[in-house]
Amino acid sequence: MTRLEFWQGNTACAEGALAAGCRFFGGYPITPSTEVAEHMAVKLPKMNGVFVQMEDEIASMAAIIGASWTGARAMTATSGPGFSLMMENIGYAAMTETPCVIVNIQRGGPSTGQPTMAAQGDMLQCRFGSHGDYSVIALCPASVQEMYELTARAFDLADRYRVPVFLMADEIVGHMRERITVPDKVGQTPRRELDRGVLPFQPDADLVPGFATFGKGYGVHVTGLTHDERGYPCATNPGVHAALVRRLVDKIENARTAIADYDIINPDAEQVFVAYGAPVRTVQQVLHDRPDGMIGFLRLRTVWPFPEHSLKMFKNAKVFFIPELNMGQIAREIERHVKVPVVSLPKLGGDLHTPPELVAALEAHR
Amino acid sequence: MRHEIRFSGFGGQGIILSAVILGRAAVMYDNKHAVQTQVYGPEARGGASMSAVIIDDEPILYPKVTTPGIYVIMSQEGFEKYGAGAQKNAVMVLDSSLVHSRPDCTCYEIPATREAKETLGRDIVANIVMLGALVAATGIVSESALEKAILDSVPKGTEALNAKAMKRGIELVAAAGKAQP
Amino acid sequence: MTFEDWFRTDRLPHIYCAGCGNGTIINCTLSAVDQMGWKKDDTVFVSGIGCSSRAPGYIVTDSLHTTHGRALAFATGVKLANPVLNVVVFTGDGDLAAIGGNHFIHACRRNIDLTVVCMNNQIYGMTGGQGSPTTPWGCLSTTTPYGCAEPAFDLCELAIAAGANYVARWTSYHVKELEKAVKAGLETPGFSFIEAMTQCPTNFGRRNKFKQVADQVEYIKTHALLRAKRDRMIEQGEKVPDDFFVIGELMRRKRPAMGVKV
Repeated sequence: MTRLEFWQGNTACAEGALAAGCRFFGGYPITPSTEVAEHMAVKLPKMNGVFVQMEDEIASMAAIIGASWTGARAMTATSGPGFSLMMENIGYAAMTETPCVIVNIQRGGPSTGQPTMAAQGDMLQCRFGSHGDYSVIALCPASVQEMYELTARAFDLADRYRVPVFLMADEIVGHMRERITVPDKVGQTPRRELDRGVLPFQPDADLVPGFATFGKGYGVHVTGLTHDERGYPCATNPGVHAALVRRLVDKIENARTAIADYDIINPDAEQVFVAYGAPVRTVQQVLHDRPDGMIGFLRLRTVWPFPEHSLKMFKNAKVFFIPELNMGQIAREIERHVKVPVVSLPKLGGDLHTPPELVAALEAHR
Repeated sequence: MRHEIRFSGFGGQGIILSAVILGRAAVMYDNKHAVQTQVYGPEARGGASMSAVIIDDEPILYPKVTTPGIYVIMSQEGFEKYGAGAQKNAVMVLDSSLVHSRPDCTCYEIPATREAKETLGRDIVANIVMLGALVAATGIVSESALEKAILDSVPKGTEALNAKAMKRGIELVAAAGKAQP
Repeated sequence: MTFEDWFRTDRLPHIYCAGCGNGTIINCTLSAVDQMGWKKDDTVFVSGIGCSSRAPGYIVTDSLHTTHGRALAFATGVKLANPVLNVVVFTGDGDLAAIGGNHFIHACRRNIDLTVVCMNNQIYGMTGGQGSPTTPWGCLSTTTPYGCAEPAFDLCELAIAAGANYVARWTSYHVKELEKAVKAGLETPGFSFIEAMTQCPTNFGRRNKFKQVADQVEYIKTHALLRAKRDRMIEQGEKVPDDFFVIGELMRRKRPAMGVKV
């Protein structure tokens, strides 16, 4: 059984989280993400969950990490300035392998920028924003339906890989209302508990250790310092540090194909769009208006780890067009993986690319 | 068939709510697709507020309104900012008690705010009068769908007043007829 | 059991310098925890960054050694998500009052059910002796080479003003009193703040004319003024010298609290 709703993207995000079993939200109000927190504030107390408005985004990120160690599925939601404040503790979550979900309803930056306008300017920040080397997972919804579905999936991925997972939405998708079909149940893959007798940071074959939930008698020591498999600080041993950081990266990068989520449309085309988030909608419109099968489209729901293998599916591609609400952040990533020209189509200012703008780009490169 | 509807007025009139109700009517009760968007400014009251709805039988791809075919205008500033550029083949429903300009397109002059205040006793329901008029003038959603969506969205205890406001809007269209440009 | 049963013995010896007061404060805290009869499995220690914050690493329970200044925000998440857990926070003056100052006042305001033990050595010890928000006026540190020219925070007054249910200050010399105060804090629902003034021979004492560890301990002991005595002095119109600080139980009340186990 499913039900029909006419929801705002941010509402769908909160509902997707609740359906996935999220029972802890720590956050700080910031446009254009605030509706996520407001919805959680209404719903969580009635579902035996916890909503807490923290004093800032640094504290919000800290609180969800603390909650996650008690076994709770925990989330925060923010936008540009708050996202910047979260960076240090996001690195802590990566280092301590704490499952958590961070929703970023992206707005125009830098700085206070455009609080009520859309952007995708944090795509590299979510990948590289905290200091040191690590890897993360980032999902990009393009509809209210996907705000629900990808938020729910984010929790499974966070638990599966013990990593911060980002829902990198934008103001357009977060604020628009549209038709959504809500499932009555969302499948949940629970976090795998640590086997007794195994060290708390000793990885399995997939490089992910089992989770030593607080209060279950593991006596686990969790530290942001470089640590050995016991979890003990070991900050001056080059070998331990190198192995730990490599594992934090490899556990995600090696799972690239399993994590990847994308659609391939017209794989024989010579001109190919690659898009994620709101610009997907413009590309879809262009393809709908020109149903000759001549335009290829790689439509990404996972941006990190970047599913580079998906680009290889377009064997005849002569040019890739990348419409983004930034100065070409993912275009730069795509350039690393293909030998043909990559045309960045940046759009700044808060508005979405219009279909004629994308058609003009096609014509200019025919 | 894609229909683009733009609502404008001043903050506090319920412009955003009107658009949400219309989208909800289309999706929940007429089994259509709809996307509602809005312009967010720092002011919660006053200023020119704008919201837009796209309604289609098919899934809506590009979610932004480009050339609205239908306008609902409830303030002079809203007319100047968001209504004055209406194309000739568009239809505009405007609150003639607050907007003194007239467009170059087909126009329904509905004294919604005056009617709300004088006939219905609460000027707060002027936007619902306008929604009734919109549906009577354009048939963009069914009357029954609109009524259900209104009743879903208004505060408890005000259902009868709002249903009456919608009916009044429908009657006003019949009374006014449409003014050709 | 005794406090020694709470140590993570395979992590000893610890990093603390000879003569450091932190070990004393950890022992007092663990002794109080032990007297509570709490189970190790139900007890979590949380800390930020600095010498004080290494303490949870030497304790056998689940523990969270977090980022600089943020221990209270992490602890808030742990406690609210699972109020069954007993959560104790170790922090220092720099961690709590400088980079973590905002979290400190808000944790007090929420009156969340944590017990916070602050080892106040008036210096950033781990990084080599920089001035902190509690470095006394005129004292030397690597970043106040001409004498500290900023007034210091009174952490207990701050906690009281911000709303903590239990506030006490003792020193590394007053071990029995400190242990009792921590126990009172553990017993109090809501936010409990226990400040322990302590010596840092390596990075404070060395630069501030305390040639021996005992010299600094003696100074702390002789400049600590019991609350009752302080009150009497004020009553009698005597001036309380600027370099004295008050010790004792400074607040005990029942403001509404968050995260209390039901």
